[in-house]
Amino acid sequence: MAYNLKEVVKKESRLVSGHRMCAGCGAPPAVRGILSALKEDDNAVIACATGCLEVSTCIFPYTSWNNVSFIHTAFECAAATLSGAERSYKALKKSGKLSKDKTTKFIAFGGDGGTLDIGFQSLSGAMERGHDITYVCYDNGAYMNTGTQRSSSTPHFADTTTSPAGKVLPGKLEQRKDLTEIMVKHNIPYVAQTALIGNLKDLYEKSEKAIYTEGPTYMSVFAPCPRGWGYPTDDLAEIERLAVNTCFWPLYEVENGKYKITYKPANKLPIEEFLKTQKRFRHMFQDGNEWMIKAMQEEIDRKWNYLLLMEEITNK
Amino acid sequence: MAIRERLSGNEAVATAMKQINPDVVAAYPITPSTEIPQYFSNFVANGSVTTEFIPVESEHSAMSATIGAAASGGRVMSATSSQGLALMFEMLYIASGMRLPLTLICGNRALSAPLNIHNDHSDSMGVRDAGFIQLYCENNQEAYDNTIMAIKITEKAKIPVMVCYDGFITSHSVENITLMENDEVKNFIGNYTPSEYLLDEKRNISMGPLALQKDYFKARVELAEAMRKAKDIILDVSEEFHKITGRKYDLYEKYMMDDAELGIIVLNSTAGTVKDTVDKLRKKGIKASVIKPRVFRPLPCDITNDLKHLKALAIMDKCDSINGFSAPLFSEITSAMYTASLNVPTVNYIYGLGGCDVKETDIEEVYKNLENIAKTKKIDNVTHYLGLND
Repeated sequence: MAYNLKEVVKKESRLVSGHRMCAGCGAPPAVRGILSALKEDDNAVIACATGCLEVSTCIFPYTSWNNVSFIHTAFECAAATLSGAERSYKALKKSGKLSKDKTTKFIAFGGDGGTLDIGFQSLSGAMERGHDITYVCYDNGAYMNTGTQRSSSTPHFADTTTSPAGKVLPGKLEQRKDLTEIMVKHNIPYVAQTALIGNLKDLYEKSEKAIYTEGPTYMSVFAPCPRGWGYPTDDLAEIERLAVNTCFWPLYEVENGKYKITYKPANKLPIEEFLKTQKRFRHMFQDGNEWMIKAMQEEIDRKWNYLLLMEEITNK
Repeated sequence: MAIRERLSGNEAVATAMKQINPDVVAAYPITPSTEIPQYFSNFVANGSVTTEFIPVESEHSAMSATIGAAASGGRVMSATSSQGLALMFEMLYIASGMRLPLTLICGNRALSAPLNIHNDHSDSMGVRDAGFIQLYCENNQEAYDNTIMAIKITEKAKIPVMVCYDGFITSHSVENITLMENDEVKNFIGNYTPSEYLLDEKRNISMGPLALQKDYFKARVELAEAMRKAKDIILDVSEEFHKITGRKYDLYEKYMMDDAELGIIVLNSTAGTVKDTVDKLRKKGIKASVIKPRVFRPLPCDITNDLKHLKALAIMDKCDSINGFSAPLFSEITSAMYTASLNVPTVNYIYGLGGCDVKETDIEEVYKNLENIAKTKKIDNVTHYLGLND
């Protein structure tokens, strides 16, 4: 069925209000959007890594998780925890303890800390083992729950509390780890990178594919953080748009090894347009730091060209 | 009809697991418990169990997956040793804090550094406050029996259970043991119906929340209370097991205690060596005895009732607390003795670290010291390291 925002928003939300996530945070709309791709009759078990999303949505005795079951265990093991849940499901289906005609899907959410860093091994293991699960990283490029410390997803030069821009150091010294590509190399059936763009069609369609493709699937969602990045809360949508249009955050998917760029900006904007909206990049605009912006533009162009090439090669 | 078999400790436990046929087993190989996932994978590959086996990439993930599977309503088991148990540390507290029934087999082994694959109790003693019930086993038969009883205990107590037995000494030694019939095991453990679980088709639930101060404190007290109550559950399950198999299990085992003057408290396989030594000493008229705790968590505090008539007591630890004083079994039993106003002269022997052999002559040395303490009523040295000087 073709995507229809009006129809989708009529579905009962699986993450409901009352949670304590910040205004202007990208994670809650991302989670709501992803879960809206579940068929209404299907149930889901959600596993969440320790992080903003977890500590803000399930504070005893309350929960914002609605019409799904939810489990949090620890920071680094959402994928392993979910893999156990998925195997229990298989076992209980086999032994007849669960009814044959009902479907439960398994979805994990982790921030970039819980996914790219401390949870990397657990994620890699679960993906390699072929569980029928979807892992979603809501990527805000730092450890936001503990107050904006650098992660391996923090962009080059970004100012964080453990990679501060100082008199001698230019912010984070290293480029981002590209987990989406590392997931592709796990030879899993579906990998996607998405963002909250326009009517959320890209997010919805990729989520639907990820959730309903059999086997392990992975999605990375661009999830800005107003406190960590330094932007007014109502700029969320604009920052998402600029991330995509500068190709800082390319939208693409890899289905059984075939790359497809799902959005190619007609007018690819220079990276400054994205950088200037956030305080974490402010020092890059100081006199004498032009080299930083130049270096970052080169990195972005290289990645974009790589994706264009991969799309061409894998579709021959 | 009981079945006579010749099995190693690991084989015996794997056989128990086959008869239990859990819904999910998640494990990562580590010496000396590696054989358990090996044997079990064979059972899966050959269709003798219907279990979903998860060959995880680490012990941290083994316990995480076990938790996820238990939270989803499955009957679940895992096995590990040493560094593997240490890597699980974080998740063990979460398993018990979430009050999940699950059974973890621990083939006891030393902890690094230096690296050592042989037996001592540093691993399970290192996680003694993780909120797991801990059952200790002297031999292959006890390892088999406790594994089967663990299933019932964990499901009734809603506290995870760890079944501990000595690496290599028990895990790899072949002994004659008696197995239950498959149907006997099946009937004994019964069907598992969890009260609250993620996959419940009647209602969705959220598990593992953030809990603020009061709620956190309450949850921890509830866990502690459940651990206290677990004593009765363990005894009930053991009695039921006794009726079927004729094999009797208590919270601790007494050997030649009734008229004893000298006593040793010791865990696992060394208890066998001490029993043999006691037999020898008894022939010489020395009133020696042994107490072997089967359960260390919950702590069998009532043990003090059986120590009253002793003139000297040695508590033997196959690990050390490195606290500048003594080791855990000694610390906890003497603390129970103090609060019961029991003043028996007591010393601590730390022995067999990294798998060092403990011989009858070593045990004789301990009883000799106890005789001396009983005579002089003096303790020169509270903590001794046994078996280093030869």
